[in-house]
Amino acid sequence: MRTSIRRSHRLMALTAVAALTTGLLAGCSSDSDDGTSDNSGGSGGSGRITLTIGTFGVFGYKQAGLYDEYMKLHKDINIKENVTTRTDVYWPKVLTRLQAGAGTDDVQAIEVGNITEAVQTQANKFVDLGKEVDKSQWLDWKLAQATTKDGKTIGLGTDIGPMAICYRKDLFKKAGLETDRNKLAAQWKGDWQKYVDVGKQYMKKAPNGTKFVDSASSVYNAALGGAETRYYDKDGNIVWDKSDGVKKSWDAAMAVATSDMSAKLKQFDKPWDQGFANGTFASVACPAWMIGYIEQKSGDAGKGNWDVAAAPTAANWGGSFLGVPTAGKHQKEAIELVKWLTAPEQQAKVFAKQASFPSTPSAYASLKPAADTTAYFSNAPITQIFADSAKTIPVQYFGVKDQPINSALTDVGILQVEQKGKSPEQGWDAAKNEIKDVLGQ
Amino acid sequence: MSSSKQALAHPASSAEAASGTSPGAARGARGRGAPAAPDSWRSRLYRWDMKASPYAFVAPFFILFGAFSLVPLLYTAWYSLHDVQLSALDHQTWAGLDNYKNLLSSDFFWNALKNTLSIGVISTVPQLLAALALAHLLNYKLRGSTMWRVVMLTPYATSVAAATLVFTLLYSWDGGMVNWVLHFFGVDPVNWRESDWGSQFAVSSIVIWRWTGYNALIYLAAMQAIPADLYESAAIDGANRWQQFRHVTIPQLRPTILFTVVVSTIGATQLFGEPLLFGGVSGSKGGSEHQYQTLGLYMYDQGWIIGNLGKASAIAWSMFLILLIIAAVNLLLTRRLRKSQ
Repeated sequence: MRTSIRRSHRLMALTAVAALTTGLLAGCSSDSDDGTSDNSGGSGGSGRITLTIGTFGVFGYKQAGLYDEYMKLHKDINIKENVTTRTDVYWPKVLTRLQAGAGTDDVQAIEVGNITEAVQTQANKFVDLGKEVDKSQWLDWKLAQATTKDGKTIGLGTDIGPMAICYRKDLFKKAGLETDRNKLAAQWKGDWQKYVDVGKQYMKKAPNGTKFVDSASSVYNAALGGAETRYYDKDGNIVWDKSDGVKKSWDAAMAVATSDMSAKLKQFDKPWDQGFANGTFASVACPAWMIGYIEQKSGDAGKGNWDVAAAPTAANWGGSFLGVPTAGKHQKEAIELVKWLTAPEQQAKVFAKQASFPSTPSAYASLKPAADTTAYFSNAPITQIFADSAKTIPVQYFGVKDQPINSALTDVGILQVEQKGKSPEQGWDAAKNEIKDVLGQ
Repeated sequence: MSSSKQALAHPASSAEAASGTSPGAARGARGRGAPAAPDSWRSRLYRWDMKASPYAFVAPFFILFGAFSLVPLLYTAWYSLHDVQLSALDHQTWAGLDNYKNLLSSDFFWNALKNTLSIGVISTVPQLLAALALAHLLNYKLRGSTMWRVVMLTPYATSVAAATLVFTLLYSWDGGMVNWVLHFFGVDPVNWRESDWGSQFAVSSIVIWRWTGYNALIYLAAMQAIPADLYESAAIDGANRWQQFRHVTIPQLRPTILFTVVVSTIGATQLFGEPLLFGGVSGSKGGSEHQYQTLGLYMYDQGWIIGNLGKASAIAWSMFLILLIIAAVNLLLTRRLRKSQ
């Protein structure tokens, strides 16, 4: 009964959907029959083209007013954003639609963790945007990530995630640590293990109920973001268990997980948000896009207490691309929109809104974070810190299964050590088994 | 006893029969009554209408069932015999039974099967017992009985997502209400999400909360169909309330209990939403040691996170086969039950 009720609900829903779809399809086909096919995007009779843009998380275009601005500049365009919160839900959906050749949005965002898979397996489903723009505007490594071997660029870079350390000045002070951002940066410069050492110092006099860092996984991700080799070499071979970058990052994470300095939270989980609000951890490796998040989640209590220092190594974590699927009905208009959204001026506007860091260096000179944000982070020269990091990030090669491999190491391996008290060797073996399963070995 | 059993069974079957035949009968009567000359187009139309209409009426279900259940089912079977990656759906290479062999030798699969069974037991048994007790209480004359019934059904009406999110907060490691209460009894905080039995218990509690009221209503309906004279004669024989419950209510409910057991088992085998959302970020892993990764989660993880659709399809079919086995056992049990009566 339980299933049959569920199924009958689903059936009812499906019937409704089927009825609606037939109606819509009929509507569309009659539209194109009478020669106004350009307007068939469901925009009604106003003669406007509706462009859809599929994104995940918070891209900030809407928040920064960019859609409205574009629609003002182009009276014939109407923009509709379809947001899926999580990338792990968003991407499989996009993959199936791309291959079906139907149902894609006119513009489709691609996360850096998926860009290699897109480049290697879906390149023929995307328009070559390299022909449309001056490619030299983008950071070399950013452009390279979205470019196929034969030189086709399937997506234009939006933001990148240069790394810094965000820390609670007030807590550091109580623990008797240095609070000056330059001196702190000098203390841990060059090696994440040194950052861990600062953590050990913190824990000796830690204010009640606080830990040094949010999680071991965040240290792992941050450290790996600055490594020369991740899980794949530049020819696409899997080298994860021989990679020096993985080894070093793992060791740093283990140093955190086996000591008492981690608040043992899972990033982007509700308790993590609460950790920001209650100030239960004193520092977090923060890519640029996390700045806005911290400000929002820490709230008034954190105002002026947070500060930003340069990370031990220049690293990148996250960032995205915008691509135009060939299945789209309005490719010409979509390309124009993507060009405009990813242009340095617009990237600077998103930075001003939520500190998503541009992937186009020419924007760096004019970057101004919102006055609120600067005040919130103790007037730290955020732009300078992130720009310095951005310029020295090594070129990294990603692979098709980058995300599941990463998840095996962080959500299985590291988590077992951090939360279940397993030994680092046990954690490594568990991650290894998991990755074997991922790779089908 | 046997006569009452028949009484219980009769209304149902006769109602079915009535609903099954009466529309046709009515239509037939009207058709015969129509004053039309034989072989006229009108009478042919009538006859055609008589024959075809029933099929036309049931067709929507079968068309939808075919399009959205049967075809996917068969296509999944086809996929399960191939190596299919999510990023290359059109490049399927024949793999024979490799995916299934892979599963049989995979610790992850057996672990997921084990979790599915243990969570199934932890959630189904208390749930049905509690439902039985609740139904028994509601079967007494109560003030505002409709209200109680509605209240019982509310958890069922809430969405899995909403319920799970609230439970996740309750079970949160630090600052969660459950640990806060435990603290008063001097129990150390439990890491509900990562501990082995704790996580399974937490997931089960969500299932129990959602489905107990629903099952209680089914039991209640069956209880109200039990003739009152059975209780009267039991009372005359000197049976107390508990004895009446044990020796009158339970035997009378037997077919209903079996039904709920089967339905709950099917539900437990397909358990997916609760553990996925309970896990939060990367919930499809079902915990760092997969301590609450059910078969449904393992399938989702393989198919949509890792992108190995061939293997995911093999898991889907394995689940289907397991359900078939359960159905077969159920059939045997029902037969035996009928014979024994």
